[in-house]
Formats: sequence, structure tokens, C-alpha cells
Amino acid sequence: MSIAVLPGDPGELTDPIGTRRELVRNSARRSLARRRLLGRIAIGLCVAATAVSLTPLVALAAYTTGRGLHALSWGFLTHIPTPPGIPGGGISNAIVGSVVIVGLASAMAIPVGIMAALFLIERRGRTANGLRFAADVLTGVPSIAIGIFAYAVFVEPLGHFSGLAGSFALAVLMSPIVIRASEAAMQSVPRDLWEAGLALGIRRSRVVRSVVLRGALPGLVTGNLLAVARAVGETAPLLFTVLGSQLFETNPLQPMAAMPLAIYSDSTAAFPAAQQIAWGAAFVLLVLVLVLSVVARLVSSRLNRQAH
Amino acid sequence: MTIDDNASVGPASGPDTGGGPGASGPGSSTAAVSLREVSVTFGSHRVVRDVDLDLVRNRVTALVGPSGCGKTTILRTVNRLHDDTGGKVTGRVLVGDLDVYARDTQPELVRSRVGMVFQRPNPFPTMSIFDNVVAGLRLNGVRSKSVLQEAAESALHHAALWDLVKDRLHSPAVKLSGGQQQRLCIARALAVEPEVLLMDEPCSALDPIATAKIEELIAHLATDVTIGLVTHNMFQATRVSDYTAVFLLGEDRATGELVEYGPTPVIFDAPSDPRTRAYVSGEVG
Repeated sequence: MSIAVLPGDPGELTDPIGTRRELVRNSARRSLARRRLLGRIAIGLCVAATAVSLTPLVALAAYTTGRGLHALSWGFLTHIPTPPGIPGGGISNAIVGSVVIVGLASAMAIPVGIMAALFLIERRGRTANGLRFAADVLTGVPSIAIGIFAYAVFVEPLGHFSGLAGSFALAVLMSPIVIRASEAAMQSVPRDLWEAGLALGIRRSRVVRSVVLRGALPGLVTGNLLAVARAVGETAPLLFTVLGSQLFETNPLQPMAAMPLAIYSDSTAAFPAAQQIAWGAAFVLLVLVLVLSVVARLVSSRLNRQAH
Repeated sequence: MTIDDNASVGPASGPDTGGGPGASGPGSSTAAVSLREVSVTFGSHRVVRDVDLDLVRNRVTALVGPSGCGKTTILRTVNRLHDDTGGKVTGRVLVGDLDVYARDTQPELVRSRVGMVFQRPNPFPTMSIFDNVVAGLRLNGVRSKSVLQEAAESALHHAALWDLVKDRLHSPAVKLSGGQQQRLCIARALAVEPEVLLMDEPCSALDPIATAKIEELIAHLATDVTIGLVTHNMFQATRVSDYTAVFLLGEDRATGELVEYGPTPVIFDAPSDPRTRAYVSGEVG
């Protein structure tokens, strides 16, 4: 039982613990109302900040859907563009072109990226740190610079634009994302699984393959799908490499159409019909990126649930 | 009392004779594992120094002592796990006739003869019970289904887990309870038929009932396999081990050392070294 002593009493029956306790409680009680109010204001500010940051996303989605939805039709998705002024054009060549270009880019970037991540995991030390730093720097390189680089490497020697040049540019853009995401996924596999594998006398490379990669699968799938989603929408790397095309072309050694390019050229054209197509294409692109992101999440959570 | 280089461990007659490990006896074939002047250093910090220790064949040797004295570090020198952690190991470690740290010795070879069970159960989460047990075989290239099946059954029997899981061998390993998972890890280690099984505080993450089950298991396992058991629980050491090695911090309070090693009853009832006496009586540690 504490003895309540008024502060200031000459130490008659001093009970320092009790005194301190009363002091704290009184102070807390007096400031309670003010602290509650501050708390509410802070929460309000956070909610407002969230709303502000989500607004562009919502506005973008609403605007694009509003303008682009009524361009959508079966013909839109299956026809190639028509000459200016003639109705009935579509973006089938752009859709196919994007699929081919991004597909090739993924085939280049994903295996290389995963193997680089494996290297980073296996070997600690200066080379690994250097590689990691290089990947980080590469994430910051402007995509248009990557495009010009691909021009110099692919377009100039070959003498013409091609889908492959665009794939190369996109692969360069994707690889640091793939590397970092894969490394993070593999590092999230707990160390004692790695040691358990080693302790069984299994070769390191086999432990990596069967234990680490398997355990990292959810993170690998998510990270790579997101890298693909990013590549689908990139425009600058394609500007000097793929050129774009009005024709249906699936040969990557030739100039091809691509969704971002179609949006770019159609939106700056003078014809309202072309601009309408641009909006439609923007809408399709948005849906595509959304679907990829959602699929990435679903796959990852399903694989996570299986493993735990 | 430490082992000198020329002595071999001589309890071919069993631990009850009280004949200490310092006695000379028949050849060193009775020691499944021997460590001579083993020290481990991380960077500039020497964690444990000059350990001379034998793990007697088909007996349980407990390594006891307070945290930070190097028991686990020493255990991990036997299966070369320090290759991975960056610890530098000096001295000699022999598993039977194999010099573990010889330049031309492959670590995988050592690890297929020396198994390990870790502090927290760590079954591979993406694999079933069966796949976990045979992982050491399958991932080393053994494909034959009959061999795998036999090995799995035998290992699960030895780990006292067969009856529990025989009807659900292909369900995920992570669905087992903590104690069952640890027994699964023991089965997994046993499936490759190692000569030596290193156990690093295998019960510290488990409840008392699971702990009791595993202690019971350890006594049975020792008939086929040499066991080195790290435990911070002295009572566990008295319950399950034939030999005990006591690790304490040295004079410099920074480096662990092996203070005394002998048959368990001797260590706990009549230790030679005053530091051992202080530790086992609970005065320090």
C-alpha cells in the first residue's frame, strides 16, 4: 500500500515510489484529452495523405477507362490499323508485337537474372558486392538511354529496326529488377534449411536447386511477373529500336508494332479516330498490367500457402 | 583432465568400468571421432581453443557448458559446417581414419558420414514427409524406389515416427508438430546411415513431453551410431550421455575451452577440476 504524500511535504512519511506513481498518474490524466485529440488529428492526416497519393491512380484508371472503353470491340482487338481517316482499325498487330517483344525480353532477362542472383547468394565478397552495386545503378539508368544503347548495338550493325533490338533493350531494363527480386526471394529462405541440406552431404549446387530455389519459388514468381509487367509498358526503349509498324508482323528481325508505340503515334496523330484508338490501347495496356500484377499476387499467395 | 596425443580412448568395456578416457587401451578404433588441438577463430576473435576430445564409438557424448563457450562451434567442426560460416578451424579432426580438414578431403564425403540435427526443427517445407526423409539419398542421386522406400521405413522406425506417419507419408512435413518435426529431421539424418550423429541442442525448442520422447530415442540410437550431443541442460546430460565434456570460458573470459572430459558419472559426482565442480554444482554458469 502506498502512502500518499503531497509533494513539498518535508520528508515525514516519505514513500518515493508512491509519490512517483501519483505524479505520473496525475500527469497522464491531465493530458489525456489533449493526447487523444492529437492522436485523432494524426490519424486524420494519414488518411488524407493516403487519399491524396491514391488519387492519381484512381483518376488515371477512371479517365482511361472512360475514354478507352468504348473504343473496345472485337474488331478493335483483331484488326490491324487502317489508313488515316478510314474507320475500323485495331491494335491486333500491337498486341501481338508486344507479346513477342516482351516474351523475348523475358526469355533473355529472367534466366540470366536468376543465375546472377544465385551467384550473389553463393559468393559473398567483393565481386558479389560489385555486381549488386552495378545492378542498383542500372535500375536508375534512364530508359531512353537504354534505348539509344540498344540502337547502337543492334540497329546500327544490322542496318534496320527490329523487334529483337527492342527485346534486348527491355531485357537490359528488366535484368536488375529480376536480379534484386530473385536475390531477395532466395535470401528469404531460412538459413537453417540451407544448412540442413549441406549437413546431409548434398553438393552445394544441388542444395541450391532443390532447397533454395524451391523455397524461393513464390518470391521468384512474383518478382519476375512484376518485372514483365513493367516491361510491357515501357516506351522509350522501343522508340529507337522497334520503330513500330502498321502491318501485322511476327518476325522479331523486322520492325514490329508494340502497344506503347501505338499509343504514342496514334495519340499525336491529327485524326480523332486515331486518338480514339490510342485511348483504347491505353486501356488495354492498363488492364494487361493489372492482370499481370493480380496474377503475380495470387500465384505467390497460393504457393506461400502450400509451403506453410 | 584432457586427452594427450598418444592415449586412446579405452572404454571398449563400456562406461560403467569408470576407466577414464585417459587410459590407454586398444587402438583408436574405439573413437569414432577425435579432435586434437582444435581451435576456431572468427575474424580476429578466437571462439574456442585447443580442444582435445574424442567421441567414443556407439556411445553418447554430451558437450555441456554455458552459452558462448564454444560447444556448438566445436560440434560444427566435425562436419565442416564452418566452411560456410567463415570460421577458421585449426587442429586435426578425424572421423574414423578420415582427416576431415585435409586439403583433398571433400566436405560432402565427410557430411555423408556425419549427420546433424539442429536446434530448431528444419524439415524442407516444400516437401512431403517421405521426400524429407529420403532427401539425403535422392538429392545424392539415388533413384531406386525400393531403396528409397526401405531407407525411409528403417529411418522412420529408428526415429520412433513410423506408426505415426505410415499412413500419410506424402502429406506435407510442415503439418507435423514441433517434436514430430524434430524426429523427422532425425530420421532424415539417419536415412543416409551415418556413422556419427551430431545433435545441437535438439530439444531446446521443444516442450517437455517431446523432449522426453527424443531423449528416449537418443538412448536407443546410440547402439548403431555415435552421438555427439550439445546441451545446456545438465540434467539432460546425466540422463542420456555416457561421456560428458565440460566447456567453460577461459581465463581471458573471451575464449571457450574444454575444461574436463570423462564418463558422465565421474564428471558429475567426482570431477577433478575445481571449475567443473563449480559448474556442475550450479555455483557458476
